[in-house]
Amino acid sequence: MSNGIWIEACEVDDIEVEDVIRFDHEDRTFAIYRTEKGDFFASDGYCTHEKFHLSNGLVMGNLIECPKHNGRFDIPTGQAKRAPVCVDLKTYPVKIEDDKVFIQI
Amino acid sequence: MAIVVQKRDYSITGPESKRAQEKGLATAEWYTSPIPRAKMKELMKRRNGPAIRDTIIWFGGLAVLGYLAFLSWGTWWAIPAFLAYGILYATPGDSRWHECGHGTAFKTPWMNEVIYQIASFMVLRSATPWRWSHARHHTDTIIVGRDPEIITERPPVWRILMMQIFHLYGGPVEIKRFILHTFGKLESQEKEYIPESQHNKTFWEARVYLLIILAIIGACVYAGSILPAMFIFLPSFYGGIIVITFGVTQHLGLYEDVLDHRLNSRTIYMNRLCRFLYWNMNYHVEHHMFPMVPYHALAKLHAEMKDDCPAARPGLWAALKEVVTALRKQKHDPAYVVVKPLPSTARPYMYGIEHDLNIKVEA
Ligand code: FES
Repeated sequence: MSNGIWIEACEVDDIEVEDVIRFDHEDRTFAIYRTEKGDFFASDGYCTHEKFHLSNGLVMGNLIECPKHNGRFDIPTGQAKRAPVCVDLKTYPVKIEDDKVFIQI
Repeated sequence: MAIVVQKRDYSITGPESKRAQEKGLATAEWYTSPIPRAKMKELMKRRNGPAIRDTIIWFGGLAVLGYLAFLSWGTWWAIPAFLAYGILYATPGDSRWHECGHGTAFKTPWMNEVIYQIASFMVLRSATPWRWSHARHHTDTIIVGRDPEIITERPPVWRILMMQIFHLYGGPVEIKRFILHTFGKLESQEKEYIPESQHNKTFWEARVYLLIILAIIGACVYAGSILPAMFIFLPSFYGGIIVITFGVTQHLGLYEDVLDHRLNSRTIYMNRLCRFLYWNMNYHVEHHMFPMVPYHALAKLHAEMKDDCPAARPGLWAALKEVVTALRKQKHDPAYVVVKPLPSTARPYMYGIEHDLNIKVEA
């Protein structure tokens, strides 16, 4: 969890249900998720296995599958769920205001 | 004047590994064909139905052929009967190991895992080490010094290819590894790609494998016959012919050390029976470019991206001919590779990094 600043990442409608998009801020890359139930989450944008963009991956329920070696993370907690990923993903708090998605970094 | 054939070191602990890293070939970004996100999402969708159906057919087929083989034991009919059983044991064993290892065959994760473990034993591949070896194969496909799954080097070692018809090269290597793992040891090359957190799992899996193998040996001694081993364990040897036939067509004869799967992988059109045995891995360029697409959607993925790829080989025989011709040329000229022209609609081959490709792209 972080106690940093809130930044606007995208519009709610920019992300389909059960999908993920990439968000770049300064020199950092994040992944913003919208799960099956419509909930929003955010994490670092790169897989912890080999630094690959998770925004090209597949959201399945609460899981994100990395496109490179099919490693999986739990989206809400960032927990590594399937080899070859062994290291958890850093997650960030998300809030919705005026149909905009904000993440706290 | 004698031709000097320069050999490279294909081991992943040798100097080529460092060279690949220096050239930016290791853990690098690969070329992908442009496919709209919505289409990709549709293609990546997971389903249980096709894999459950295929697994029932597979095990059902093994039961029928196994029964016929049992009845034929002691007669000459045993030869074709066990050959058919062995091929149906080893070939889907190999492709199910592969797809379930990617976790894409079934939608339900535990189903992938169960079939992965069973198929790993059937093809005598330690489940955990091979999971990591295969991840490396996808990261550094056919990058010399990085990819542990290159079937043969250049110039080709025919002895290894011939031995693999009966799994007589890879099989003993794996058994030696099981024994090492049982005693809590890894080969030095395995340490390169298996993270430490997975070592214990590797050792315990090997102990389970060894117990099963000992139980089969015990059953043979008890029965006074090799018949029990003919059903479990030995088929991975005597049934290996299609495994190696499919295996050599995947990458051999094509480029090494490139970052574009259109150059180092081969897509082949195959009939329904071969596609069932191989679980559509004949769409090999497609699989390497998008490993998240399950086997049952690969034909659709192929249709989507074929205008960006070289023409597929029209059949298995044509692919084998291409491979054997290339390997024979590589015996004297290790630099020889098959380069296929791209369709006019394709994006040009991506070099990604500096190397010595000299490819003519069809206008
Ligand atoms: S880079 Fe994500 S699983 Fe390997």
